[in-house]
Amino acid sequence: MSNIVVDKSKVPWWVSNVIVPLVNLTLALLVSGLFVFIAGENPIEAVKLIIYGSFGYIQGFAYTLYYTTNFIFTGLAFAVAFHCRLFNIGGEGQAYIGGLGVFLVAINLSFLPVPIVWLLAIFGAFLFGAAWAYIPAYLQSKRGSHVVITTIMFNFIASSLMIFLLVDVIRDTNQMAPHTVKLPEEIWLPSFEAFSGILGIKIRYSPLNLTFLLAIASLFFVWFLVWKTKWGYEMRAVGHNTQAAIYAGISPHKNIIIAMCISGGLAGLLGVNEILGVSHKIQAGFPAGYGFTGIAVALMGRNHPIGILPAAFLFGILYQGGSEVTFEMPNITRYMFVAVQGLIILFSGALENLFRPQIESFFVRRLNREVNA
Amino acid sequence: MVSPILELTNINKSFGHVQANKNINLKINKGTIHGIIGENGAGKSTLMSIVFGLYQANSGSIKINGKEINLRSPRDSIINGIGMVHQHFMLVENFTVLENIILGFEGETVFGEKLQKAKEDLEKLCQTYNFNIDLDATISDLSVGFRQRVEILKSLYRGAEILILDEPTGVLTPQEVDELFKILRSLKDEGKTIVLITHKLIEIMDLTSEVSVMRQGEMVGHTKTEDTSKEQLAEMMVGRSVLLRVDKKEIRKGETIFKVNNLSVKDDLDITRVKDVNLEICSGEILGIAGVTGNGQTELLEALSGIRKVESGSIELFGEKISDQNNFLNPRMLKEKGLAHVPEDRQRMGLISDFKAHENLIFGYHDQEPYSKSAILNNKEITEYSNKVMQEYDVRPNSPNLITSNFSGGNQQKIILSRELNENPKVLLVGQPTRGVDIGAIEFIHQRLIDMRDKGAAILLASVELDEILSLSDRIIVMFDGKIVGEKENKNVTDRELGLLMAGVA
Repeated sequence: MSNIVVDKSKVPWWVSNVIVPLVNLTLALLVSGLFVFIAGENPIEAVKLIIYGSFGYIQGFAYTLYYTTNFIFTGLAFAVAFHCRLFNIGGEGQAYIGGLGVFLVAINLSFLPVPIVWLLAIFGAFLFGAAWAYIPAYLQSKRGSHVVITTIMFNFIASSLMIFLLVDVIRDTNQMAPHTVKLPEEIWLPSFEAFSGILGIKIRYSPLNLTFLLAIASLFFVWFLVWKTKWGYEMRAVGHNTQAAIYAGISPHKNIIIAMCISGGLAGLLGVNEILGVSHKIQAGFPAGYGFTGIAVALMGRNHPIGILPAAFLFGILYQGGSEVTFEMPNITRYMFVAVQGLIILFSGALENLFRPQIESFFVRRLNREVNA
Repeated sequence: MVSPILELTNINKSFGHVQANKNINLKINKGTIHGIIGENGAGKSTLMSIVFGLYQANSGSIKINGKEINLRSPRDSIINGIGMVHQHFMLVENFTVLENIILGFEGETVFGEKLQKAKEDLEKLCQTYNFNIDLDATISDLSVGFRQRVEILKSLYRGAEILILDEPTGVLTPQEVDELFKILRSLKDEGKTIVLITHKLIEIMDLTSEVSVMRQGEMVGHTKTEDTSKEQLAEMMVGRSVLLRVDKKEIRKGETIFKVNNLSVKDDLDITRVKDVNLEICSGEILGIAGVTGNGQTELLEALSGIRKVESGSIELFGEKISDQNNFLNPRMLKEKGLAHVPEDRQRMGLISDFKAHENLIFGYHDQEPYSKSAILNNKEITEYSNKVMQEYDVRPNSPNLITSNFSGGNQQKIILSRELNENPKVLLVGQPTRGVDIGAIEFIHQRLIDMRDKGAAILLASVELDEILSLSDRIIVMFDGKIVGEKENKNVTDRELGLLMAGVA
């Protein structure tokens, strides 16, 4: 069974890009259901709770979209670098440093008109994230140090650096916890509560804020960059065939750096959501694993914005619905949901090709039969 | 009459709507060298992949020694005594010859007796067929010719009675080809059956006793080699008679526009591969570089096109110095100055095989108007241009959105050629323009090069096909060991003369 030969050009796009991911996802959820069952809870009830928690009431749904926002940024970050065949594992650190950029800009320039502060803060987030990715990019292109290794190391460095800053340099000195002062309230990004009031819905609190629109805009930006500009074209050329790129006068050095900086910048935008939108201060460890989960989002979304949006949404559902489940079902801990995420990554990333040939050849045969009939 | 060792009846195979093999019938007799010839994309490799169990036929039957068999995987074929040497070798580079050969057939968990036995058997085989291989050598230390021998040895060791070779000479030097042919003949003498897939007519005439011709997925003829001629086979392959010589007008030489002074170039391993080369090309002239592969032609072309650093010496274009050891223009700047380059290795350099055809048609020109404007690609213009040139150059299928790897070799080459010639370059550097390209496309490509020359371009043509050099060039230089060892006007030059120069003996 292992060597089924499928003529790739015959496989309809929706089979490889929709059916296969859905099958993989279903498998991951089935195995997760088994875990839930073993833990002594009813898997069907758990699914109901996930759906209720993430869609069932307006506040829950707002949480889902808030998580989605973060995953869009980190998913896009991984995807952009991947089109240049670079595995940017450093989204976590770049997001962390991006948050520093947001905070420094916002706190120091808060006297400016509010929309200008926002724009500059977004710029600051992108710039700081990009700068953090620049060093591994430079080392890769000039010295051949593999970005996988260096970006992982840079996550640790970012973490240590931020702890140092949060303890010794930018801590709110009125207290002992490693976080900064709050930003002035005028420059906070409007949250969903404000809008929901206009719509006549009243909710107490929601972390969802204007950054969600920035995430949607980023999806368009990445699509346009990668497929509609010569920069994206050159990045993909370097990624697919470096030799050929050199022949065409395209500099691999330059494009590795550009791709990594845009990637890091996108990861940095996570800081806008977290700091300008939600907590309004830098807290130690605020990227909380979004950077790593972004890798899974990008893999599941096949590194295309159209795929990343639903993948990010799915992980948003899991995060939000998952917390609902752990709240209601005492036997299920938060770590169970980390395991569920792990299973999704396993099935849609590592085991991606497990059933692909079978599914593809099944559809190819069926379609052939229809044509012949 | 002897019954054939391999008999194929009514084999059909299609990939989607493309029918690669249509009702193929083929009989191969024991102890012969049987040639299968056809253009690229004629279905030769597909047919042999079916025989080797890599693909399954949609219908038809395969008989070995009169017995019908079902081949579901290469393993089935190996058991039935069929071996195949692919165009691209399937060897583990950092294993030794011995390790590669027993791979998958070790027969024991801890190496000991059986390994020793295998080694003895192999040594015997080597002696019988004069292979001259050190079984303990590491593959990465071996030349291409020796790697091929390892592949052959591997098949024999696994009990192959029928040996299929897919384009075996594409990667070999002339000397290596001779050695290979010697081995194949001795295999035949020992009673083995050999199937040779090729598109080189000379090899068929040289080596085979029977030949089958394929065209567009069909078997169009079988004949004894002694009853046919090169011209006749070529006609069968393309379905019309081809000119093996190109018609070209009398040269109208202009002024010297491209000049290379005392150029030396090093390769990636820091070995000097081009040594003190001087040459000049005039507008309206084709200068051919003849030489055995690996004598510095690759590095020379790469240096001239701005891909490789110049070690010493200089390059001049229209009297302006464009490169020396201190600074050199990159390929993009050279393109703007009117220098185009058709690289030797289209898979590695000329194209990005995962890109769509239209993306490859602007490759290297993508930042010029009208294809892009302030960094944004202009899809409408690109599509229009792609449709136009693909028609002009008869690229098949004519679909700019198809992924490039789905085109045949000849059509990929046409994509590169149309891209590089479209801007009417003043200087054109061409490496192996027809390597792995079928006869129909060769003729077309040659004609385009002649047209460019007649329009006044200065063309530097490097090719390992002597015929190509002789039929296209106005002037010929021969490279050996990085140096230019001879220069001749292309009048009354014989292949023999050039051959001696190429071998470094004259």
